[in-house]
Amino acid sequence: MVVRPAGRHALLVELPDGERAGALHAELLRRRAAGTLPPVAEIVPGARTVLLDGVPDPEPLARQLADWDVPLTPPADGDVVTIPVVYDGPDLADVAALWGVAEDEVAALHSSYTYRVAFCGFAPGFGYLTGLPEHLHVPRRATPRTRVPAGAVALAGPYSAVYPRSTPGGWQIIGTMPDPTPLWDPAKERAALLTPGTLVRYLPLSRGSAPDPAPQSPEGLEGNGGTP
Amino acid sequence: MTTKLTVTRPGALTTIQDAGRQGHAHLGVPRSGALDAPAMRLANRLAGNPEGAAVLETTLTGCALRPDHPVTVVVGGAPCPVTVNGRPAPWGTPVRVPAGAVLDAGTATAGLRSYLAVAGGIAVEATLGSRATDLLSGLGPAPLATGTVLPVGPAPHSPALPAAAPWPAPPAELVLPVRLGPRTDWFTGAGLRTFLSATFTVSPHSNRIGLRTEGPSLKWKVETELPSEGMVLGAVQVPPDGRPVVFLHDHPTTGGYPVIAVVAEEALAAAAQAVPGTPVRFTTGR
Repeated sequence: MVVRPAGRHALLVELPDGERAGALHAELLRRRAAGTLPPVAEIVPGARTVLLDGVPDPEPLARQLADWDVPLTPPADGDVVTIPVVYDGPDLADVAALWGVAEDEVAALHSSYTYRVAFCGFAPGFGYLTGLPEHLHVPRRATPRTRVPAGAVALAGPYSAVYPRSTPGGWQIIGTMPDPTPLWDPAKERAALLTPGTLVRYLPLSRGSAPDPAPQSPEGLEGNGGTP
Repeated sequence: MTTKLTVTRPGALTTIQDAGRQGHAHLGVPRSGALDAPAMRLANRLAGNPEGAAVLETTLTGCALRPDHPVTVVVGGAPCPVTVNGRPAPWGTPVRVPAGAVLDAGTATAGLRSYLAVAGGIAVEATLGSRATDLLSGLGPAPLATGTVLPVGPAPHSPALPAAAPWPAPPAELVLPVRLGPRTDWFTGAGLRTFLSATFTVSPHSNRIGLRTEGPSLKWKVETELPSEGMVLGAVQVPPDGRPVVFLHDHPTTGGYPVIAVVAEEALAAAAQAVPGTPVRFTTGR
């Protein structure tokens, strides 16, 4: 663990990998909930870092952090959010080729893993989901699209994501979440569906079906279920 | 009876701002809020408002409004000519605007961003605890357009203060005190020396997201990708072209370019008022 200053009131804690960054993030939330963390305005996880911003006096916290024993517990017991997906994306064939599978096998493969929201960024409610094994990582598109529609389910590098709103983007689009509105709704208590640490499963829907488009909330499905 | 303001001239870019929305960075929500926060607070105090009441933030060319009931307005921040129905009115102190009259805050004579505090505050609906327009992610109300109607909150209990207050002059040269890190080790020794000794200038491509600079290019030591990490207000991010960008209030919450240093927050008000072409220096000295 390397603790780096980020101005006078923030610390950037760097971990060897994303798994350990996720564990530290979980530990920080536990300590904040228990009231044992000094005041911190923002706890922002990154790919392998956690930023602690708005810390009135960061020096003592920086010294403490070095001595923390952070358990590396597998994220198996959390609630799971289910994202329904119609696998109809424009890059489905390219991704199938990169994976060395038939186009109609992408859905089963992509939805066979449990993902975890490593961090958010890019746009409100845009979560970077890890969990895809390394041999299924794909590069970004050589030419980004000027418009990726809201609900697009896409891949890039180690990440999988669902676009909460229409933006430009360079990720490989493999599918569509039929109703993306729950991904980001600032009027709700839980404004973002995919918050850091949340576990996610993708649920394949058949093309042109009229499915129940509502994603199931955390209290919904159990984790580690089989492929639906 | 709610007082309403109708925008008769929106200016180049006028947004609603307050103290911003904090505590949501982990969801990808920028903090937003007035770029020249001390100017917003002073304008609000003079108008009798709480310091963080929602105000209008203009960009260079001001804006004009017509209230449907009499209101008190303070125009502060970047100095500019103020008129009510075409007649000169004072800047930096409360002005009474009669019902149906047009208050015009003109083009800034120095600096960039003027603040219009209306007694009662701009009472648009809040999103995640703030009324601020966030130009990066589109949260909050859209920038003002001709004909936009803005509700004003109930008149404050504390009276407007007529006393003259000291408004800092916009900077002729922007000296930004920094603390090095978190990614200073991404830069060559020569790059770091350049950062702390060269004079940059404010780029015309600056906006509420970042103050962009023109001038020397800072070389990275390594040509690899930095995995996305959290970004703080005032972060000096150096993209591959080597030209430092100082993150302002609408900055992205995570980013993948190294941050060589972080500007002290109290220096950012001056950064918000620095017009394109203003010389910029970064210093670790006090």
